[in-house]
Amino acid sequence: MAALTTCQKLEILADAAKYDASCASSGTAKRDSASGRKGGIGSTEGMGICHAYAPDGRCISLLKILLTNSCIFDCHYCINRRSSDVRRARFTAREVVDLTISFYRRNYIEGLFLSSGIIRSSDYTMEQMVEVARSLREEHDFRGYIHLKTIPDADPELAHQAGLYADRLSINVELPTEQGLRTLAPEKNRRQIETAMAGMRSAIEDGSDASRRYAHAPRFAPAGQSTQMIVGADQADDCAIIRRASSLYSRHKLRRVYYSAFSPIPSPSSILPLKRPPLMREHRLYQSDWMMRFYGYSAVELESATDPQTGCLPLDIDPKLAWALRHREAFPVDVNRAPREALLRVPGLGVKAVDRIIVSRRHRRLGLDDVARLTQSIAKLRPFLIAADWRPVQLADRIDLRPQLPPADAQYELFR
Amino acid sequence: MYRVRLNGPDDFDGWRRAARAFALAGIAPADIVWQGDAEAGDLFAAGAPPPTADDARFSVPRAFVELAERAILHRDPQRFALLYTLLMQLRERPASLEDRADPLVRRVEGLAKAVRRDMHKMRAFVRFRELADAEGPRFIAWFEPEHHIVRANAGFFVRRFASMRWSILTPEIGIHWDGETLTEGPGATRGDVPADDPVEDIWKGYYAAIFNPARLKIGAMLSEMPRKYWRNLPEATLIPELVAGAQAREAAMIATPARPAARRGNAAPAWQALREEAMGCTRCPLYRDATQTVFGEGPVDAPLMFIGEQPGDQEDLAGRPFVGPAGQLFDRALEEAGIDRRQAYVTNAVKHFKHERRGKRRIHQTPETPEIQACRWWLTQELELIRPRIIVALGATAGRALLGKAVTISRVRGAPIALEGGAQGWITVHPSYLLRVPDEARKAEERKRFVEELREIGEQMKALI
Repeated sequence: MAALTTCQKLEILADAAKYDASCASSGTAKRDSASGRKGGIGSTEGMGICHAYAPDGRCISLLKILLTNSCIFDCHYCINRRSSDVRRARFTAREVVDLTISFYRRNYIEGLFLSSGIIRSSDYTMEQMVEVARSLREEHDFRGYIHLKTIPDADPELAHQAGLYADRLSINVELPTEQGLRTLAPEKNRRQIETAMAGMRSAIEDGSDASRRYAHAPRFAPAGQSTQMIVGADQADDCAIIRRASSLYSRHKLRRVYYSAFSPIPSPSSILPLKRPPLMREHRLYQSDWMMRFYGYSAVELESATDPQTGCLPLDIDPKLAWALRHREAFPVDVNRAPREALLRVPGLGVKAVDRIIVSRRHRRLGLDDVARLTQSIAKLRPFLIAADWRPVQLADRIDLRPQLPPADAQYELFR
Repeated sequence: MYRVRLNGPDDFDGWRRAARAFALAGIAPADIVWQGDAEAGDLFAAGAPPPTADDARFSVPRAFVELAERAILHRDPQRFALLYTLLMQLRERPASLEDRADPLVRRVEGLAKAVRRDMHKMRAFVRFRELADAEGPRFIAWFEPEHHIVRANAGFFVRRFASMRWSILTPEIGIHWDGETLTEGPGATRGDVPADDPVEDIWKGYYAAIFNPARLKIGAMLSEMPRKYWRNLPEATLIPELVAGAQAREAAMIATPARPAARRGNAAPAWQALREEAMGCTRCPLYRDATQTVFGEGPVDAPLMFIGEQPGDQEDLAGRPFVGPAGQLFDRALEEAGIDRRQAYVTNAVKHFKHERRGKRRIHQTPETPEIQACRWWLTQELELIRPRIIVALGATAGRALLGKAVTISRVRGAPIALEGGAQGWITVHPSYLLRVPDEARKAEERKRFVEELREIGEQMKALI
């Protein structure tokens, strides 16, 4: 292993990290290197930047690597499990720091997303990760973005230090159901994961509380915490996943739940399905996630959009349309009079379009042409709307509305 | 008529001063000529100056100032006049700025949106290269923005790279930061930036490794990182080979189920029967004037399939595809690219010769969508039987037949496309195009490019089999 160059190690350890979906670099505190102490580098200005896109359509915003891909755990869905014959490599903390800085200086990245396989013990691994973040912040005065994947059973004191250096912390719940976790990740335990998340939530809240009162209070993970669930590796249906996500959002105040379609991994474990990753299913779950976070749907309402037989969201139409077709009594909605919440439920109307409608209708009674100017596509909306010059006559009552509507475009992914 | 010469294409303050004076004097938008995209000069040259009104002020919504600051950076020459028209409208109806259905507001919003996107892409896609000089390391980047955004975007780079010495060079302007102050210089060329940086190879290694070949989504990548940016992104040179290798790698990851033996077993007689049937095809009116159906030919288990447009005069008579002048050129190009035509299946998107008679000659006519659609029925069955791993569409007609939608060759050429069913698709020009290029030098160049593409396809085929 000593013979590996930095470049070879990077390829192994980035390859091992690519199954993590998150690459977000947004939503943290504003910082820059032009103000304050001199000699620092980096800035964060609210909105993250995607510096490149890979041919898989995912953005590259952070240097996303593992400290090491050796692991004492044996989780079946993971390429780095103990029993996998993947090539192993390990970075020193110093190597990760140097790589991050030299990439950052060339404007390749927004910062670092560091995760790790577990070597020796959870505490030892966590210490190494914290050391990377400490060195970046203290020795290089790095003011870019840092995301650390923390290890649930590490010493809480280490998790606390991690939060002082990092913008975001995450703990992966991995599988939506406890049963899935028992079968596929025997060394992980749901209670432990949840306890760690709950602890993180209170630390983040204490931190933001303190910084509201005292200007110089240290910030604790200002971009909050997130998690990831693997979709399609076990039997859990979309209902179970949505329910789980909703409970995570409400109990632990997560910023994001990421869904990762299970990717076939080299030399997969014999107890996993061998097939293409269910990308469309993943996409529908992201849409349902958006509906919960920005459109005011509850998990129970979303469940009514799933297919009662399979418990999954339909793949051919988006979940918002699926919900609308099940709840025709809620439509049509009058664009000139309906409250914001009702407009948000119209399939094809996004948050921005709804806000534009609400502002614009103060100035004029909106006709169908006006709505068309404010939105992406009017064809999809028409059956669900009443406008000054438009009233759908029978369309919304027709049984065959589904094929009437244009097929949903293949959309790009929503995570960034 | 008034003429205003602004101090550069992004001179918001100059525009604001002039616009304020004009508005106070109540001058109509049509009476003003705005000049921003020219060299610096007097503010009001050649044309009556508006009444100066230094202390007279009026207020506009703050949102308008923010909108105008962005929209004015757009390269649209109308932008100054549009903003002035909007300003006048806002004096009448201040609230109309909120009315997003208002056509003028929408137009200006559109300009501002394009500028914001360009600024964002510049922040994302500037790539510095390191250079050492007497004072230590220096970082230099080359970027080609779409709008006049460089000056407005400088602050971002200062805040981010305050402790570095850096320069960003663009065709119009260069900005330089020495760790203390920001200076401006003239425009530059790509050659003014160091040709290389050793860290770029590490970055490319990272880019290749972080890509998950099981989730190929080229459209999603292109919508956020359009091709126009690729030439200044070191990692973009890897994209074609990553895409091409992806299917092979995924296939290696998932043990692909073997092709059903029975299917292949009777492929030859099935193809024979299909050909017989096609001989009497009347699915569209083209059969009336053509001599015969020109069906595809080649081995039924060919890994590689070429789709042309339609048979020409000679093909129509011979009853075989690609035997005329374009076919001969095609054969030579294949040979140069090291591909054996006998291993490939060659067919056409439309199987009857469409032409118009002029005197004694039969002049080729491009088939139209209904004809392509009608004939797609045969093509689909050929594809189903042969099941090639790589399908090459020659020309726009073939591209349309393959993808079922109109394609712009210059846009899709040069990179493989993932097709349904796992095959790899390529779209390039039709060999007859190479015969038609008038300029000899360009003709040779185009031909070379065509051969290069075929060679790349040949390499891919070797990798897949």
